Amino acid sequence: MFTFIDTILIGLTSGAVYSLMAIALVLVWRSTRVINFAQAGQALLSTYIGFECIGRFNSYWVALILAMILGAGVSAFIEIVFMRTLFKRNTGPIAGVAPIIATLGLLGIIRSGIGIFMGGKETIIRPPVSNIGYTISGHTFALSPFKLVIVSAVVVMMVVLSLIFTKTNIGLALRASAFAPEIARLAGVKVDAIRTLGWAIAGAAGAAAGMLQTPNGTGALSPDSLEFSLLLVFGFIAAVIGGLESLIGAVIGGLLLGLVLAIVLMYINATLLFMTAFILLILVLLVRPQGIMGKKGGRRA
Amino acid sequence: MSLIVSNLCVDHGAIRALDDVSMNIEQGQLAAVIGANGAGKTTLLRALSGLTPATSGLASWKGHNLLHSKPEKLVRFGVSHVSEGKSVIPELSVEENLNLGALWRRDAKESAQTRESIFETFPRLKERASQLADTLSGGERQMLAIGRALMSKPELLLLDEPSLGLAPLVIAQIFQSIRDLTTQMGLTVVLVEQNALGALEIADVGIVLNLGHVVASDTAKSLIENPQVRAAYLGY
Repeated sequence: MFTFIDTILIGLTSGAVYSLMAIALVLVWRSTRVINFAQAGQALLSTYIGFECIGRFNSYWVALILAMILGAGVSAFIEIVFMRTLFKRNTGPIAGVAPIIATLGLLGIIRSGIGIFMGGKETIIRPPVSNIGYTISGHTFALSPFKLVIVSAVVVMMVVLSLIFTKTNIGLALRASAFAPEIARLAGVKVDAIRTLGWAIAGAAGAAAGMLQTPNGTGALSPDSLEFSLLLVFGFIAAVIGGLESLIGAVIGGLLLGLVLAIVLMYINATLLFMTAFILLILVLLVRPQGIMGKKGGRRA
Repeated sequence: MSLIVSNLCVDHGAIRALDDVSMNIEQGQLAAVIGANGAGKTTLLRALSGLTPATSGLASWKGHNLLHSKPEKLVRFGVSHVSEGKSVIPELSVEENLNLGALWRRDAKESAQTRESIFETFPRLKERASQLADTLSGGERQMLAIGRALMSKPELLLLDEPSLGLAPLVIAQIFQSIRDLTTQMGLTVVLVEQNALGALEIADVGIVLNLGHVVASDTAKSLIENPQVRAAYLGY
């Protein structure tokens, strides 16, 4: 029974972080039709920025906020400088692929850049509150104060994001530009700026994912961090399971993936994690090719 | 003269879609642009609203250059374009589709008034305000598309085939609304239509396009009576 409860708890916490990463990928996909592989690099860079901020301000919370803001800035910069230039030359057979390949290149550039500047330094982010599980009637559960922080931070961000998307003018502009950019432009929406904003929000979500995930594990950061590669892969799988278009789908996909991986981890073997993620992806796509929240037959616009 | 187009040429790759097109449309007039498929009607509107870049020529609205401007800029100068095929966003609610047209406006109160007056013109939209645009009928979608354009407080309204795919009775309603709106709001309207007779009946002036050229331009009344136009476009 305890193992089962722990499995659910582990699944929900890790799933929450995958959801954040999936949201970042979905936002970029919706605003520019690009799968942003550089998201892992951006999250890593933002987390390094967060690490520097912890050293300077001596507060994890301030660092988390600053990492998100600066992560948003980095992401907006990438969209304006690299993506817009690539889209302007958007002709010929490789037009659809070029930006995606470019994000792969960026991922490499960001990682080696971090390696050059931060490579030798020991970088460890410690959790701001204890990450030792609560003990109830002799059993130490897989739920610690910091894991509660992770889950509540993700919930707060989801609520804020969904309020922005459904209740504000900016949210309406973001949705309209994603669904039908031409109509949005005719209605007076500055679609280019809105696209940049989509990237910026994605950058903030990715930064939050990195800042929450790192202290939850060993806390160690490195330029070639496997943790961040996994974050990208699992975030991507979660996004696709969810339908790639839908923010709610990204959350459902992240939680589902987290739970399934936790079951494998607790009941079978940790070496099967990677394989399980892909099997889940294939199974979902076989049953619902459009993803859990995706629309049948794809988009018309 | 309010809408002035002179020697406008637009190319789609190697194909010349509009060749040396000129027209003058007075403020407050409803101009019907008629012609067969591929005559360049849609291209004309897309060039005027900034969606398709022009190759050469001039187009201006009240002194603003329409060419080489982005659509999102032109909306702010009072140019609203309802593009072909019921330009609504099905994933958004009726109210959100309307609000979209007023996002750039900084006058929330006046925008709300505009919305109310659109609901008065098209009461069906008010009944369905919170429904997804996806659930609307063809005629209602067209009303919504026009409503969205009106939310931007336009002075020049560009309408691309509002009758497309609608039942005859609904077409008559939509055309009547377009005529009424033009008169009541003092709009200048360029109405592109395959339904030539219906469009000319409500229009003040008519322009006939054929293979990218203006082949006739007159008052709507004379065009209806013109035997050549009747034989070629009105079918009797």
